[in-house]
Amino acid sequence: LTATATQLRDNPLVEGLERLPVPNTTLTIFGATGDLARRKLLPAIYNLAHDGVLPEHFYLIGVARGQQSDEEFRDFAREAIVEFSRREPDAEVLDGLLSRLRYLAFSFDDAAGYVELRGLIDELDDEAGRPLNRVYYLSTAPQYFGLIVEELGAADLNEDERCEVRVIIEKPFGSDLASAELLQRTVSSVFRERQVFRIDHYLGKETVQNIMAFRFANYLFEPVWNRNYIDNIQITAAEDIGIGSRAGYYDGVGALRDLVENHMLQLLALVCMEPPARFEANKVRDEKVKVLQAITPPTPAEVAQDTVRAQYTAGVVAGEWVPGYLEEPGVPEDSTTETYAALRLEVDNWRWAGVPIFLRTGKRLARKVTEIVVQLKPVPHLAFASEGSVGVQPNLLIMSVQPNEGVSVSLEAKIPGPRMRIRPVNMEFLYGTSFLSESPEAYERLILDAMRGDATLFTRNDETLAQWAIIEPILESWTEDGEPRLGTYKAGSPGPAAADALIGEGRRWRGL
Amino acid sequence: MEGLVMEEVWREEATSPARIEAALRGMTSRRGGADDESRPLLVPARVLNLVAIVAADRRDEIENRLRRVGRLHPSRLVLCVVQDGWRGMTARGGVGAVDAGHGPGRVAVAYERVEITLDPRHLSTLDTIVDLLLVPDLATMVWSPHGYDEGVDALRRLTQVVLIDSHDGPDAAKALARATDLVHDTYVVDLAWLRSTPWRERVAALFDPIDVRPDLYAIAAVSVRHREDSLAAALLLCGWLCARLGWRPARLAAARGTLSGHAQAGPRDVEIRLEAVDMEPPGLDGVTIEMVSGAVISLDRAAGGLRTTRREAGGLERLGTLFGASRGEAGILGEGVRQALLRDPSYRPALRCAQIMA
Repeated sequence: LTATATQLRDNPLVEGLERLPVPNTTLTIFGATGDLARRKLLPAIYNLAHDGVLPEHFYLIGVARGQQSDEEFRDFAREAIVEFSRREPDAEVLDGLLSRLRYLAFSFDDAAGYVELRGLIDELDDEAGRPLNRVYYLSTAPQYFGLIVEELGAADLNEDERCEVRVIIEKPFGSDLASAELLQRTVSSVFRERQVFRIDHYLGKETVQNIMAFRFANYLFEPVWNRNYIDNIQITAAEDIGIGSRAGYYDGVGALRDLVENHMLQLLALVCMEPPARFEANKVRDEKVKVLQAITPPTPAEVAQDTVRAQYTAGVVAGEWVPGYLEEPGVPEDSTTETYAALRLEVDNWRWAGVPIFLRTGKRLARKVTEIVVQLKPVPHLAFASEGSVGVQPNLLIMSVQPNEGVSVSLEAKIPGPRMRIRPVNMEFLYGTSFLSESPEAYERLILDAMRGDATLFTRNDETLAQWAIIEPILESWTEDGEPRLGTYKAGSPGPAAADALIGEGRRWRGL
Repeated sequence: MEGLVMEEVWREEATSPARIEAALRGMTSRRGGADDESRPLLVPARVLNLVAIVAADRRDEIENRLRRVGRLHPSRLVLCVVQDGWRGMTARGGVGAVDAGHGPGRVAVAYERVEITLDPRHLSTLDTIVDLLLVPDLATMVWSPHGYDEGVDALRRLTQVVLIDSHDGPDAAKALARATDLVHDTYVVDLAWLRSTPWRERVAALFDPIDVRPDLYAIAAVSVRHREDSLAAALLLCGWLCARLGWRPARLAAARGTLSGHAQAGPRDVEIRLEAVDMEPPGLDGVTIEMVSGAVISLDRAAGGLRTTRREAGGLERLGTLFGASRGEAGILGEGVRQALLRDPSYRPALRCAQIMA
């Protein structure tokens, strides 16, 4: 009857299964009544239940400051799920899931609250008849991350020899290099790195994960994926909407911190990384961090030359007049926060030396699009006359993250007719036409991975600090007497004119 | 998810495969050119050809099932309607979209459909008709829910995947034998196997905690409860356990609606019992696994998922729930279409063991 050690190491029943088992878990969400929990986390957890992925023993404890009962929290969660779930909830699954929800009201600096949390976790362990893994999800305002981590440690909630204990930390991880380092010191004084899951939900998007599949599962592209063939790379995260009701948060952050420091640098790392030996958390993250560390932070002089910051003024978007940033509700009238940022970076390594990488992001731009454009060099000799056609253009490889998820390649082709005239044509792969099934929300995948302990799609501490090291000198230069000067752009436009100068002569941004 | 809505339709008597293909191209390019700006641009899906061979008097039932799979509809459906005494070949073509409600300027994914009516005598040469109707370079799956095996065999050189439902066979043993024949040269997606997927996933999950895993090697008995006509799904579930755990199965004996027998797990025997029960949907109703120690783990259908019951050797009982919404038969068929593009290495070994037990 005795199984061998080898037999016990692996579960033989999982081979061939698409959905792997998830350990029994109590998930505690700090900030459980906030916007992120309402719009994303609770609907994501419902969808995991709907798909039959949650473990036999799963409990969710909501923690927030507001007083309410378990029943009131369940009503809140039900409304959130019904409104924001990507599919219509099944009444029986929803009722079952809600019965596993508990709520605790305490201020995040209230040590007694953590004692109460510990008691509830123990109670749920007893109910399940076994110690359940613990996952703490910090979905609060960023200033509470360090405090909650410290209090978890003080209450001995940071480890338990009977089960795995993990913490998911939302972005932003710090507001500059110093605060990120301070937060990191706090986190690593309480949790080991393997317990920490810094979330960047972009990494949970199917299209972002496909960057690795596209690069490393195709032989076609890797031979030209270097400075010999690539002229420049453009990474764009443009939004057509304004700041909505987020003025309080956004005005203290700006475009550079909100999107460039995390999402866009992660996209850059995925595009420029070397192939990992295996698709494992540390192998992948080792390669990403090498790219980030190979980006030399710009000097103040380079910041002036290689960055653009601007704020939108009133304009017309999709035929509708919209106010400028300074007229948005909640924005101080003298705000100098940038709503647009563009920068030029270089990865100083053998593969990428000399290839400019342009990043741009902004609010209230002409179109909502997140994409990566890899522009190849022009052919070395042009045998065809360009007369009567737009002529031979450099090949573009476009990886579209949203909204039209897919990959397209612009190729040159002969225009039908008696003369040899050339124009670009597109070869497109669209997710919608090539995969029939609906993609899960990024948060579903990431919550599941954290419960399983798979950190591949989470940011490691050295990645986070390397990202801040790139951004820090830009932030410093921008705050010193507003250098470079804060420009403006009209809402609904492709951005400020200064961005065209940034990209340089002979190149142009892909149109929005 | 709303069902597939056909937007362009074409029909021709005494037609040929080449004319059908030309008509489809025309319909797609007309909609691809967005000649009518009030409607979304249709971009053809390029995922999977599905050839369905159906009896004329049961065509509507199959059409309804396919319509309800929504987004998982095959990108090109070739519906071969078999009607005794039909002369010549009649075809209807169509292009439609699932999310056709999108407004102008939006892109909707287009699905193509060809229906041909033919006499049973054409089945042995069906490949010569269907070949020209398939989108090249896409995986092709064939499905014959009404038992036209001759047509399936004629198409085996063209197809990479055969969709079957061992549940449909006249008896489970014959259905599993047919599946065994097919897996020699094609990939088989078996809906009976897919009905057992949630059960397999949950059984794997119940034994996944490292402290429970030794119990996998101390199983004394397995009992599966199934709808009377879903014996194949029950056999496949037991076959899966045999294959994954290295048990040597033996033929089960039938008595009063129950199949029972033993599989050899090393030096000991594991008792296997398959019991037919009254239940509504096709598939399985419950699984009970008993350990040598006397401890028992049971999974049973319940509202909102599967109910788990763990009874320790001392008699202490704990209940739990594994959440999950029922996929329904439309969901199972949609999953079958999706599985055509994946490869499950555990089906063949499970089938081999199931066939021995049947």
